[in-house]
Amino acid sequence: MRVLVEPAKVAVLIFVAAILQVTIFSSVEILGGTPDVVLLTLMSVALLRGSIYGAAAGFAAGLLVDTANLATLGVTSLLLTIAGYWIGRYGETTGRDRAHAPYVSVAVATILVQFGALFLHYMLGDPVSARVALVDALAPKVALNLLLTLPVYALVRRVLAWATEPEGATEVQLLG
Amino acid sequence: MPRNRDARLAVLGSPVPRSRPAGYSSRSATALRRRLIVGVLVFVSIVLITIYFREPAGGSLHGIQSGGATVLRPFEVGAQRVAQPFQDAYDWFAGLVHARSQNARLRREVDVLSQQVIANQNAAQENGDLKRQLHYVGTPNFPSGYDYVSTRVISRPPSEFQQQLGISAGTSSGIRVNDPVVNEDGLVGLVTQAARDTSEVTLLTDPTLKVSALDFKTQASGIVSHGQGRQTLILDRVAKSQRVNPGDWIVTSGWKSQGLSSLYPKGIPVGVVAGASQNDIDLYWQIQLRPRVDFGSLQNVIVLVPKNRQR
Repeated sequence: MRVLVEPAKVAVLIFVAAILQVTIFSSVEILGGTPDVVLLTLMSVALLRGSIYGAAAGFAAGLLVDTANLATLGVTSLLLTIAGYWIGRYGETTGRDRAHAPYVSVAVATILVQFGALFLHYMLGDPVSARVALVDALAPKVALNLLLTLPVYALVRRVLAWATEPEGATEVQLLG
Repeated sequence: MPRNRDARLAVLGSPVPRSRPAGYSSRSATALRRRLIVGVLVFVSIVLITIYFREPAGGSLHGIQSGGATVLRPFEVGAQRVAQPFQDAYDWFAGLVHARSQNARLRREVDVLSQQVIANQNAAQENGDLKRQLHYVGTPNFPSGYDYVSTRVISRPPSEFQQQLGISAGTSSGIRVNDPVVNEDGLVGLVTQAARDTSEVTLLTDPTLKVSALDFKTQASGIVSHGQGRQTLILDRVAKSQRVNPGDWIVTSGWKSQGLSSLYPKGIPVGVVAGASQNDIDLYWQIQLRPRVDFGSLQNVIVLVPKNRQR
């Protein structure tokens, strides 16, 4: 049962995050930056469920965002797949049980995704401004994402823990 | 410390068979699976980008995306409706925060624009004055034998007891003391002081200034001087034997006699006869003139400089 419940919960989380991002959070501009709740949700999923979940969730989230925005299909998927995988691996290795892991993941992923998006859009010939993307918007975006890290991470952890059987034995059997 | 060592066996010092690394093959299999999944997802993403980029706008991938966007649309509308009150509240507070700075900025803009409007109005007025002056200079009424220096009025009489103007041209422009000053309407006055880049002009309404003039129609001659009221002139020394009619134009006479000549060229309008009267006692007509020039609103004037003067 858990095999189905876990992906379903992740899918719902990613879907809701993508819808909220394209409808609400993309229009919330504070000091030139916009928060990225898709990336925050992806970070939480990847840290809590590992790199495979992270990569798959990133791919799905990217497809949803590109579809809703009618943007070049695959660009956001590529970026978020790599971001989800990297965060997942970080959580599985050096970031395991570290309290600062979500913050480090979000800060690094936000910067790398921004650089990657700029590079991909530049390669595709889209009109992009490096000054706006890297100088004006990046610092506020990182700050906003860091501010939202804790609530989003806590919410995702609660949702993923909900209706999930605890791991390990639930009763003790005396031997001998 | 070796793992899977039984305490009792350790004490006995017997060799403990190291257990096979638990799940080693499964761990490597997991890593392989993980890399495979990520590789496939990255590859699919790149394929999607390539196809989307290369296909026309009506291509299959665009169509699928359009269909997906249509499916997502109700969810977006629903989310927007739910979030709208919160968004409105946020916008309201954000607007409140920005209102103060916006107000200050708009006030500064209003100040700047007001200054620009005033500057534009001044420029338009000056442009009109200069055009009229240019028109006057090009007509036959402009006195022959004179060059002109068109200049701006930079200071005005500080009180009603003084009838001098400051102009922004001086000896460096060829202006000297006693050069006549006119505008397109007629005689303004005389240069009474000349510095390098500024000069002082005494107006025709000053008590010290006298101008020999004549009636343009009847040729009755006299001397124009200041009147009793502000900015009024009189034509004095006109013998009763001569005729002067209301409405006649009075112009400078520009006389020449035995090597001497009037400071003013001939034929410059001075004023119009407003009224003329006489009594049995006086020898001359009492003639009031209405000046042609509005001395209270001079912006630009023309200084007449004799052509034969050596600078």
